Amino acid sequence: MFRGPPADALIAAPLGELVALYHRPSGQTHVVAPPAPEILAALAEGPLTLDALLARLARDYDLADPDREALAARVAELVAVGMVEA
Amino acid sequence: MKHSLRLRVGPVGFRIGSDWHGPIDALADLYRDYPQPEVSDFTVRLEAPAPWRRVVRPTIVLGGDYMVPDAAPLPLRHGLLAAEMAMNLQVALGHRRHLLLHAAAVARDDRCMILTGESGAGKSTLAAMLMAEGWRLLGDEFVLVDLVSGAAHPFPRLVSLKNESVTAVTARLPAARFGPVLEGTPKGTIRHLVPDARAIAGMDVPAMPVAILFPRFGAARDVRPMEAGEAFVRLTQASTNYTALGETGFRALTGLVGRVPAMAIDYPDGATGVALVEDLWRAR
Repeated sequence: MFRGPPADALIAAPLGELVALYHRPSGQTHVVAPPAPEILAALAEGPLTLDALLARLARDYDLADPDREALAARVAELVAVGMVEA
Repeated sequence: MKHSLRLRVGPVGFRIGSDWHGPIDALADLYRDYPQPEVSDFTVRLEAPAPWRRVVRPTIVLGGDYMVPDAAPLPLRHGLLAAEMAMNLQVALGHRRHLLLHAAAVARDDRCMILTGESGAGKSTLAAMLMAEGWRLLGDEFVLVDLVSGAAHPFPRLVSLKNESVTAVTARLPAARFGPVLEGTPKGTIRHLVPDARAIAGMDVPAMPVAILFPRFGAARDVRPMEAGEAFVRLTQASTNYTALGETGFRALTGLVGRVPAMAIDYPDGATGVALVEDLWRAR
């Protein structure tokens, strides 16, 4: 299960192709590229397994070729910086 | 402190105390056209590390409300540099009313261009050259970004010229007022330039940024648009108080880079740099 911060814990500012995120609980700023904002938006609604997250993203963003391995790597990056709990 | 001086630069009031009259006399002369502050936001102290060091190999320790424990002391002959560094230190560590960017800025009327980059990128020299062309100098060291409106508040301290730019700017501004040539400082040869009457008269008049430029001296003329995300990351690194301001700083900086285009500019010499900024101003 992966648990993301609630929606009100993050402030997002789109900057071209990137998104700057201010994580209120830690006071840290992260600059992220897609699909990190989409992953966080999906996890803001509640914790999900990797497969459930993949299904949610495939549904919401009309993914032509959902790639479980690539998603796992992106989620691992968010876990590494403390934005997502594994 | 035995000798002291109060002065205001833009929104910041300083009280500077010193064990020696030399640095205070130099500041009083160079800042003679600046106003007195109603309140002093920061206290700056230039002190001897021990009583006898006021006279024996006199050495200045930079002090004030905020201290850096490993700041290297300076010899008394570099007293003006010590005072300027100590003033910078207090603002860099203590100022919270604006987002501080390590940058220069020049304005025409109520619009300005921000010039940022690491030390040695040439922003002070370019800002001085633009002042010589009639631009209003907002400052060469810190740009103070209003946390709500995003306007840049002037902070026209003495312009710190280093090494080759001392000769170049002295030749370009023969009638300007300069401090003494300080040789053998940790940054090489330094000479301070007094901002002109337009800059001092306008020190309470903010200007809205219309471009954020990342100059680089020494390469062939070039202009490259910079993505907002890259400009944001670079400016978080160029800010001394971004982290301390928390959410307020995040909103101010994302607002700035979201609104104002950023560009990397290369220029081989001062004249080309000035022409480049003028061209970008006209083309905006």
